[in-house]
Amino acid sequence: MSADTHITAHEYDAGADGHHDSHGDDMPHGSMRDYVIGFVLSVILTAIPFALVMTGALDHTWTAIIVLGSALVQVFVHMIYFLHMKTSNEGGWSFIALLFTLIVIVITLSGSIWVMYHMNANMMTMSPSMSSETMSQQ
Amino acid sequence: MSAELTYEPTAGGEKPVFFDLDEHDHPEGGSTMLGFWMYLMSDCLIFAVLFACYGVLGHGYGGGKGPKELFELPLVAFNTAMLLFSSLTYGIAMLTMEKGSVRQVQFWLVVTGLFGLTFLGVEMYEFSNLIAEGHGPSRSAFLSAFFTLVGTHGFHVTCGLIWLTTLVIQIGTHGLGQANRRRLQCLSMFWHFLDVIWIGVFTIVYLMGVLG
Repeated sequence: MSADTHITAHEYDAGADGHHDSHGDDMPHGSMRDYVIGFVLSVILTAIPFALVMTGALDHTWTAIIVLGSALVQVFVHMIYFLHMKTSNEGGWSFIALLFTLIVIVITLSGSIWVMYHMNANMMTMSPSMSSETMSQQ
Repeated sequence: MSAELTYEPTAGGEKPVFFDLDEHDHPEGGSTMLGFWMYLMSDCLIFAVLFACYGVLGHGYGGGKGPKELFELPLVAFNTAMLLFSSLTYGIAMLTMEKGSVRQVQFWLVVTGLFGLTFLGVEMYEFSNLIAEGHGPSRSAFLSAFFTLVGTHGFHVTCGLIWLTTLVIQIGTHGLGQANRRRLQCLSMFWHFLDVIWIGVFTIVYLMGVLG
């Protein structure tokens, strides 16, 4: 029995030690190159949507698609080049937390907007004049 | 009695189970980064809810003016640039931190802080203009949602600036020890996180708002 525990204690010790060693380098850090790439990409991905909306160069639908698309890409750029997100950070736990958060965000956003849109569309008692006003707004 | 005492270490010395568990060799602050990440994720949820509110209420103008008439995109573009510059300069501060130069880190932190301060100043100017012209948060559902969402982001930036000032002073007094590096790392995540949220704000609130 004593030999048994001896081994486990030893293994535990080694495990704890390995853990210790990895911690110093665990902090994600980037290089100047990372930050410059991230910065340049962000400038481009910010300039395009602002230019499109301010000049009105494209039609409404395409502008909306490009504006939302650039925002999505820019979020990824920030995550990778500024926050140094890797799926392996903190043994994968930070990535799992991020995934969980994204799922909750998607449910919250789509759920709220979907439900409230239908509430507005179906449950409002309104006079004909009000109804034509909302129709013209949409 | 004394026999028991000498007996214990020989048996226990080989299996120091309690000792090992007690030691629990996690270096101080070893879990701080993950913990802070968890905080940022929960902060994300706050903003998600505020965005959802804005999505639901954003068209309730209450007969007042909408985003097209109220928002000035050049100002927003300027503010976006300020936050982006501050993200870059914070990155440089982190890089100089690895070289271990206190003065340089302080310099880049102060530069970051000035960009952040400019951002806040412009936002205050925008808010006070809106309120002065009668488009305060109580005017319509759209403006309530707008002020809450953008104001919460601005509040975070304010907290970030206070934290940043504290760290500039702390680095000056205590140098770039392990603890201060960890704090700088946390603030780095916080600051970049705020920039990520701002992408959502300028896209959804300002650009999509003006686009109509």
